[in-house]
Amino acid sequence: MDNFYLDNPELKFHLTHPLMKKIVALKERDFKDKDNYDYAPIDFEDAMDSYQKVLEIVGDICANIVGPNAEGVDQEGPVHDKNGVTYAKGTQENLDALIKAGLMGITLPREFEGLNFPIVPYTMAADIVSRADAGFVNIWGLQDCAETIHEFASDEQKTKYLPRVSRGETMAMDLTEPDAGSDLQRVMLKANYNEQEDQWYLNGVKRFITNGDGDISLVLARSEDGTVDGRGLSMFIYDKASKGVTVRRIEHKMGIIGSPTCELVFKNAKAELVGDRKLGLIKYVMSLMNGARLGIAAQSVGIAEAAYREALTYAEEREQFGKPIIQFPAVYEILTTMKAKLDACRSLLYETARFVDIYKTYTHIAEERTLEKEERNEMKKYQKLADIYTPLAKGISSELCNQMAYDSLQIHGGSGFMKDYPIERIYRDARITSIYEGTTQLQVVAAIRGVTAGGYLKQINEYENSEIKPELQNYRRMLVGMTEEYEDAVDKINNIGDSEFTDFHARRLVEMAGNIIMGYLLILDTERDHNYWKSTEVFLKVARGENKGKAEFIRYSNVNDLGKFKKE
Amino acid sequence: MKALKIVVLAKQVPDTRNVGKDAMKADGTVNRAALPAIFNPEDLNALEQALRVKDQIPGTKVILLTMGPGRAAEVIREGLYRGADEGYLLTDRAFAGADTLATSYALACAIRKINDVDLIFAGRQAIDGDTAQVGPQVAEKMHLPQVTYVEEITEIKKGKITLKRRLERGVESVECPMPCVVTVNGSAPTCRPRNAKALMKYKHARTVTEQQDSSEDYITLYTERPYLAIPEWSVNDIESDLQQLGLTGSPTKVKKIENIVFQAKEARKIESNDEGIEDLMKELIENHTLG
Repeated sequence: MDNFYLDNPELKFHLTHPLMKKIVALKERDFKDKDNYDYAPIDFEDAMDSYQKVLEIVGDICANIVGPNAEGVDQEGPVHDKNGVTYAKGTQENLDALIKAGLMGITLPREFEGLNFPIVPYTMAADIVSRADAGFVNIWGLQDCAETIHEFASDEQKTKYLPRVSRGETMAMDLTEPDAGSDLQRVMLKANYNEQEDQWYLNGVKRFITNGDGDISLVLARSEDGTVDGRGLSMFIYDKASKGVTVRRIEHKMGIIGSPTCELVFKNAKAELVGDRKLGLIKYVMSLMNGARLGIAAQSVGIAEAAYREALTYAEEREQFGKPIIQFPAVYEILTTMKAKLDACRSLLYETARFVDIYKTYTHIAEERTLEKEERNEMKKYQKLADIYTPLAKGISSELCNQMAYDSLQIHGGSGFMKDYPIERIYRDARITSIYEGTTQLQVVAAIRGVTAGGYLKQINEYENSEIKPELQNYRRMLVGMTEEYEDAVDKINNIGDSEFTDFHARRLVEMAGNIIMGYLLILDTERDHNYWKSTEVFLKVARGENKGKAEFIRYSNVNDLGKFKKE
Repeated sequence: MKALKIVVLAKQVPDTRNVGKDAMKADGTVNRAALPAIFNPEDLNALEQALRVKDQIPGTKVILLTMGPGRAAEVIREGLYRGADEGYLLTDRAFAGADTLATSYALACAIRKINDVDLIFAGRQAIDGDTAQVGPQVAEKMHLPQVTYVEEITEIKKGKITLKRRLERGVESVECPMPCVVTVNGSAPTCRPRNAKALMKYKHARTVTEQQDSSEDYITLYTERPYLAIPEWSVNDIESDLQQLGLTGSPTKVKKIENIVFQAKEARKIESNDEGIEDLMKELIENHTLG
């Protein structure tokens, strides 16, 4: 039987990263649940064994149900009807299978009927589901909205909503409005508090809401009269059972067609406030978005995996000029570069997931007891890393997945342009990843602080000082050179200190940092598993060239350039 | 409605669907070592039907019963991962060499020992023997009614079960008093996937023999968590007549095993008009392929 976890040994490799020992110990609070829950792990090995066995279930369902359904779902799509939204037949089958398998509420604590898995294996599940059907992962993956409830809602709300998520109810995050896309401070949906009833009511319109007809929605709304910016916004839970929201239409999209994108009208919809008023955007949405961004990074890596596999299969089977096309340098170069970048990107994804795991788990532990000083420092360290790695991973992997889909289709030639091969769908599905949950341009805005304030460099230096085998020293030397080049570029930008000039070069700088980081991660992967040497070698050759180009651009650039690029 | 007690008969079989060139030994018998051991596919369809009854009638208990060597405990674990409540492994040298008659006898004795069973589900047939005899023979031995080739359960009410049978020329709806034996077709809904929590709960489930052989560090678990012990029943645990078990109880004697290699015959072109089709039909009726 096909299995998307077992046929992809890279996943197990990342799952068994040395840092997992710490993550599992923190997440399981020294395995205290074992006396209260029959499915809780007894020790570290038992927990790791459970993650793998559960990922095998995900791999089974994805290879045998979700993957085969993807084409039909893409053709059929969801339907807008009097009940709201009805999923495509295949979508419903996928969802039923994953619910029956108990794969909802994966990261939620056991007291809320979740599996209490760390973010790393959850991200792997998302990686696998995305490879099978990138549109479907949006519906299933919205379960990570529950993390926001878990983190900020009251105990009563947690008890009320979280077990429902674990049992399979779907979620949505209602943020975007017609005039508030990238700029969420402009959200206008109105939240009114009725004192007599002690009840909040929502009125207004939301647009582009993925799975907008889901059972439990998190809604960003303006609770403070007379405000116009982000400080007047609060977060609410809307329960579909309480009614008051209608789906006005669903969008006709280019890709991820199985995932319904809704326009919603709120008419006196009852809602519950989450946490404190006014913190909706500045605190809760930021947390929600960071989780969602990691999700998109996983989706991107999963799509890239699918694109690479399609390309490889086609190039091995297709013969021209009397031999399989994979034997031509023009084709094998593309394929090998795809594989190297895929490995690099996946390493970045799971490094980020590990940072998020440690930081988030400390946050939850801090609610149970006071953290020791050392623990507090560690939490801060990983929080900073998670903050700068999340936009980096989302930005880089979504752009990569688009490039991979393009390259894979190119290898298919004319056949790829036809509807006959999955790559046509994959190509369309890939396109949204660099747009939603913040465009690449916005990821750069979030990431550039890591460049200018030195966060990336600090971590790069830490990688540089790791123990590695003698045969890997050459790779490290390449990266030391690339780091010097990067530091020169950063120094120049910081010395000029003009914010528009910094913004102008921001993407170049972030990508340079990303390449160096991925290069080091691949070296560390090769240290653990020699099979990564080829991807390391190929990636570094390509990345060095890319970084050089960007460094040159920056070196011969000055503030006057802005005028030349600016549209008059 | 009263909760039911259901037994699902399951068999561990060599995966004959993926046969390689070393699947048969020189003497013409199946090389079990070369083929992966799996849960007989139609038994999974049967398990799904049992689990659907459990979904509908709260408190219903689904019990797996399998006969085989020690490693057949794998089938019990697989069933537990998918939602069964418990399982028994019938294992004893005295069962070895059993044909369908001796197998049905042993299973019937075990079901009597489980006692008070409302429904017995089994797959239509196993992919290693393809006899489709064990389910019906269990029914006969227990003097229970049987419904074969089932695809769907439509109703369970007042001690009766209504089922749909898939037959060659259509679908038949049958009402049958319980207890009864039901054999399920491969065309019935596929079994649900493993459940994450059930898997984590039961992954350490072992028979006593496995516990003894196990080098794992989880020995204390078996005293703390009794549900992790998979009961093994030997001849002595089921009230049975030794003469009717195993090789002694098996009247079937294998005369000869032939190795058949399918050969592609030359293709024939049939004209796609009424005349061509009529000729083909006549020929097929004459050589008894049809009719």
